[in-house]
Amino acid sequence: MTMPIYVQAAWFLGALLFIFGLKGMSSPASARKGIIIAGYGMLVAIAGTFFIPGLQNIGLMALALALGGSAAWISGQKVKMTDMPQMVAIYNGMGGGAAAAIAAIEFAKGDTHSMATTVLAVVGALIGAVSFTGSCVAWAKLQGVLKKAHRLPAQNAVNVILALVAIGLGGAMVAMAPARPELIFGFFIVALVLGLIVTLPIGGADMPVVISLFNAFTGLAVGFEGYVLGNPALIIAGIVVGAAGTLLTQLMAKAMNRPISNILFTPMVASGPGEAITGSMKELSGLDAAAMMRYASKVIIVPGYGMAVAHAQHKVWEMTSILEEAGVEVKFAIHPVAGRMPGHMNVLLAEAGVPYDKIMDLEEINGEFGQTDVALIIGANDVVNPSARTDKTSPIYGMPILDADKAQNVIVIKRGKGTGYSGVENALFYTDNCRMLYGDAQPMAGEIIQHLKAMG
Amino acid sequence: MDGLLALYIFMLAAFTGYEIIAKVPVILHTPLMSGSNFVHGVVVVGAMIMLGQADTPVQQAIGFFAVALGAANAAGGYVVTERMLAMFKKKEG
Repeated sequence: MTMPIYVQAAWFLGALLFIFGLKGMSSPASARKGIIIAGYGMLVAIAGTFFIPGLQNIGLMALALALGGSAAWISGQKVKMTDMPQMVAIYNGMGGGAAAAIAAIEFAKGDTHSMATTVLAVVGALIGAVSFTGSCVAWAKLQGVLKKAHRLPAQNAVNVILALVAIGLGGAMVAMAPARPELIFGFFIVALVLGLIVTLPIGGADMPVVISLFNAFTGLAVGFEGYVLGNPALIIAGIVVGAAGTLLTQLMAKAMNRPISNILFTPMVASGPGEAITGSMKELSGLDAAAMMRYASKVIIVPGYGMAVAHAQHKVWEMTSILEEAGVEVKFAIHPVAGRMPGHMNVLLAEAGVPYDKIMDLEEINGEFGQTDVALIIGANDVVNPSARTDKTSPIYGMPILDADKAQNVIVIKRGKGTGYSGVENALFYTDNCRMLYGDAQPMAGEIIQHLKAMG
Repeated sequence: MDGLLALYIFMLAAFTGYEIIAKVPVILHTPLMSGSNFVHGVVVVGAMIMLGQADTPVQQAIGFFAVALGAANAAGGYVVTERMLAMFKKKEG
């Protein structure tokens, strides 16, 4: 269908603003302007679509826009910063579901298309549907609705068979186009189940990478359905996101030293007993911790997800300010996968008011631990586990870690003696220069602040 | 659409996406993932086109579903990204 020039122009402008917006988002100074520019692009593209001649169901359309848009707008305003990753997951899943539904209508209408169009419609529908149910599972896991990783016997074989069945049904739809309704229905059911089954066994620690992967998937699905609809704006936006998302997924996977295939097909479990850890965990009082840091010349704070769930970031920043006034140099060291997504911890610290020149990446800071008096670890675990460097049998072996163990003293604020998100015992806690401060991060930081104030 | 022309668009868009992300500091990875999540919310336009052509109740229902999901993707993606980036802005300088 050829569209009038003003509709085409609106879509073109939309695509242009998306790319400018994304470009803006790639630097902290222009990032906020970037999302606003992209937002205008979306408004222009949607408004232009209403001017397609002969458009039916306009009332229904406005209602769906209002319902979907306002529900997401309100939930997005309310969500806490710590819960952001699962919100991104669920919005992403919705986009995938929309792409799959577009294909479903194409199939249901049964318009005769070229072979290439039908193939891309099927591929887009498949990855869109997988992204939809997979993202819902990712949301449920991060939200804590689904607590355990569910693993079927012969999980990988089931995955492969389901994928093959989905591809086979898709192939049949291409060969027999226009396909019968039962075939279309069967194809979508299998694709949706595939997304569920593939995602269910993946552990929470790997979830950020999975969300990023599904984000790329949805982008590709949107791009392919854009081709089916003959709409360049959808193609451009979808493929740009697909490519960007794929790269982002690779960066994340690299930061965890887990190839994407491992994340999808190998569960993270402790393989055997591992190397025996010698030594014992030694406790410390809040007063001692305060004194150690007050009279140090350099302190590096390593925050983890435990700090975020305890909402301790404001207290930690208050503590940092007191230490700095006393002449102590304080920096924050952020592991690439601290929090639940790369950069998530930076967002949480920014929210608490920490200026971002105090926040260091792994590469920037790792050389400095050797000249540091105290490394304060708050609710982080796997990202400072020296076993990742030394113990070949450890499931996290090879993951780049923050070398907190090289500091003169290590203080760990931790709720209990349990293991980290990966379920791996942390050798750091047993070393001679490490002291444990058991308790919730927020009251513990408050206690340290009291002691620091008393010391003047 | 001309298949070969579409192939060129695919290729150039893929390069664009790659280039945009390649030089991004880690602190912006989460907002950028969220921002790209917002951008593929443009799927709502495709959903509107399909609903605009739907002529049976089943097609209308699926189309309604698609537009609502797409609108949620766009609106939710925007709000979440904007909130994250708002925090970066005021800390500068």
